[in-house]
Amino acid sequence: MELSAEYLREKLQRDLEAEHVEVEDTTPNRCASSFRVLVVSAKFEGKPLLQRHRLVNTCLAEELLHIHAFEQKTLTPEQWARERQK
Amino acid sequence: MSGSLSRAAAALLRWGRGAGGGGLRGPGVRRAGSGGGGGSSAEQLDALVKKDKVVVFLKGTPEQPQCGFSNAVVQILRLHGVRNYAAYNVLDDPQLRQGIKDYSNWPTIPQVYLNGEFVGGCDILLQMHQNGDLVEELKKLGIRSALLDEKKDQDSK
Repeated sequence: MELSAEYLREKLQRDLEAEHVEVEDTTPNRCASSFRVLVVSAKFEGKPLLQRHRLVNTCLAEELLHIHAFEQKTLTPEQWARERQK
Repeated sequence: MSGSLSRAAAALLRWGRGAGGGGLRGPGVRRAGSGGGGGSSAEQLDALVKKDKVVVFLKGTPEQPQCGFSNAVVQILRLHGVRNYAAYNVLDDPQLRQGIKDYSNWPTIPQVYLNGEFVGGCDILLQMHQNGDLVEELKKLGIRSALLDEKKDQDSK
């Protein structure tokens, strides 16, 4: 199974209709396959953090079986715009 | 990837690597599955997460976390002055390690439960810490965050 950052990025973008996705392969810093992702999607609107993260987890359910460590940040387009202004 | 959250997370991951509590009475470290059986059926885990107000599942212990993310959870709780919480070391028990993931339908450790309810992992706890939600959630449990007292001191100077 292909577990590249690019593969994850495309899948997240597609399944979550994301406006913006960043995937960082953090494997070199950890003991095994690890990724950090940022997903910006209108689908997160009105959802608490846990629900947002579960959406991401569901999208990558199969991949996560093979990933050792996973960090995620989930923002709505509005939150993303605000953060970029900082 | 945008800055402040990952910088804060990186800082927390560097802190207190194996440094322990420095003389403070540490959090209660409970062992799961005492008294027969695997200690990791859904019913048992359900009872476990409801037994204490604050329950965390870690890799390692609060005194010696074995993983940066678990350490971050420990440090955040320490910042808020939460001392009496139940911490279960999944590295001690493979059945617990898998069982808790099945129970919460969440793929990773650490896992944080407040008042019997799954709150999230390290990322979520960190964001709750940064946006003030954690102080509020602790207040609902009757736990006064140490950060509130810190702020009061600063305001009164």
